[in-house]
Amino acid sequence: MSINALSPAKMSMHRRRKVVNGAALTLSLAAMSFGLFWLGWILFETFRLGIGGMALAVFTEMTPPPLAETGGLANAIFGSALMVSLATALGTPIGILAGIYLAEYGQRTWLGRITQFISDILLSAPSIVIGLFIYSVVVAQLRSFSAMAGILALALIVIPVVIRTTENMLALIPNSLREAAYALGTPKWKVIYSVTLKAARAGVITGILLALARIAGETAPLLFTALSNQFWSSNLTEPMASLPVTIFKFAMSPYENWRDLAWAGVLIITLGVLALNILARVLFRNKN
Amino acid sequence: MAAILPANASPNDRNMISTNSGGGPAPRKRRLPWADTAFSFAAHAAAWITLALLAAIIASLVVGAWPAIREYGLSFLWRSEWDPVEDKYGGLVMIYGTLATSFIALLIAVPVSFGIALFLTELSPAWLRRPLGVAIELLAAVPSIVYGMWGLLVFGPILATYVQQPLQSAFGNVPVLGTLFSGPPVGIGILSAGIILAIMVIPFIASVMRDVFETTPALLKESAYGLGSTTWEVVWKVVLPYTKSGVIGAIMLGLGRALGETMAVTFVIGNFNQLDSLSLFQAANSITSALANEFAEAAPGLHQASLIYLGLVLFFITFVVLALSKLLLSRLKRNEGART
Repeated sequence: MSINALSPAKMSMHRRRKVVNGAALTLSLAAMSFGLFWLGWILFETFRLGIGGMALAVFTEMTPPPLAETGGLANAIFGSALMVSLATALGTPIGILAGIYLAEYGQRTWLGRITQFISDILLSAPSIVIGLFIYSVVVAQLRSFSAMAGILALALIVIPVVIRTTENMLALIPNSLREAAYALGTPKWKVIYSVTLKAARAGVITGILLALARIAGETAPLLFTALSNQFWSSNLTEPMASLPVTIFKFAMSPYENWRDLAWAGVLIITLGVLALNILARVLFRNKN
Repeated sequence: MAAILPANASPNDRNMISTNSGGGPAPRKRRLPWADTAFSFAAHAAAWITLALLAAIIASLVVGAWPAIREYGLSFLWRSEWDPVEDKYGGLVMIYGTLATSFIALLIAVPVSFGIALFLTELSPAWLRRPLGVAIELLAAVPSIVYGMWGLLVFGPILATYVQQPLQSAFGNVPVLGTLFSGPPVGIGILSAGIILAIMVIPFIASVMRDVFETTPALLKESAYGLGSTTWEVVWKVVLPYTKSGVIGAIMLGLGRALGETMAVTFVIGNFNQLDSLSLFQAANSITSALANEFAEAAPGLHQASLIYLGLVLFFITFVVLALSKLLLSRLKRNEGART
């Protein structure tokens, strides 16, 4: 049957289908470029405006008063690093253990199902509500804002992130590996600790890095827990400055020097967080 | 079976080994006999801690909000007055701001995310798939404070000059549209917050949609292609119906993120506690930005309790949305198991 044998109606339908398909695929390409466009624009502006405020003083001097000549973000960077690392140290073991529970103990139990559900909800729960929670149980009880409260708030954000990745990674380990270990008479804890967890190590570390990246940029839970501090402080019972909260305070201000520092801070945070994310991906990819 | 094996290997074995220790290899003492119990206990405890956390969050919010709940009850939800000086509070303005910004965000983000997911699963050459997917995921990794500052100082002014002012001069006198586009075109308000939220949730929705699309069995798609379908027809009539619940789950996940986003919104929404008009250019307030701005300075008492009440409302809404999302996504996973 030659193409001429098709009726005009069928031909026009064929043409319409082709046009619709072409339009849809073009729009899809446009959507992809739209997404990449924002990423590019945000990164570009962050660099352009952040580079200007960059100087050695940013890393060596304390946060300045408004309109001061010099000043840096040293205390905020230190505060962020301290709180983020302590929060990760606190939240990671709980997250890994709960992830182990979900993958190795509670797969078909009601506790397992509920924990998985709750942990997924906590993963996306508004972080400012976590701040409110820590405020009411820690800050309001002790009657003072403190770095400790900030660490607890960040640790609560770490837990569900680590649970999710640990569970996923352990679930990828083939059962034959576990069975082989059991067949040698290995007790369960040893199977988990030296066989499955070890095999899933790269994935678990990826999860920890992603959690680090997530809390390094978190501002909301610190606003009314760790608050902020103009000075260098390593005392966990006092308010402590952090990079995101300092950026927030400085960016909203009308003072030129504060805004420049805020842009420098934004550049530092963006680079740090993106580097952690890329590192996590590279690490995970190499191991798999 | 995993649970039975280690239990079998315990006391009897040890006795057996120790009784026939005549020849053969030296008996191996079982090290750390308590370790199994301790490890299992620790894992269980961690799971319980996660559960307790949720209960504690809800309980502490209810306790903290109690003075406001007792004072206003549910009428808090539709009272629009927010006056710390007179000590009178109502959450309508913030709840409206939260819902309106999230709605605008979804309006933009859903079609774009669908397009991105379509591109990544059907159109993109294989070697580009991974780098593009990672780039979109990196968009999700950028901290929200960066979006906020960029939105306030870079995006806002551009939106005001190139979008808001032309819209206003074009539609300012049209009855309904005129109301939507009234107000000062300064790049701060519901519209800017909605757009920034859209950019922030696109990666979440797009990457879940992509994963969901990939669960469609190749057999189904190839059958459709074999019957002469175009790529668009395969996606629209085969992939989308197959993954319907997962796609809605992805959208819900994005909505949950948008509702709870704090810093980006706080920067650009304008923090204005009155609801004068339905204009999209009007400065407004959202639950999260009210908390971020006022909570640390709020006096204990009704003001603080009302803010915590707002937090409770937010937590409730996001909980329901996220729970729905999770249920829809897990339904897809179950179906997948049943059909293959």
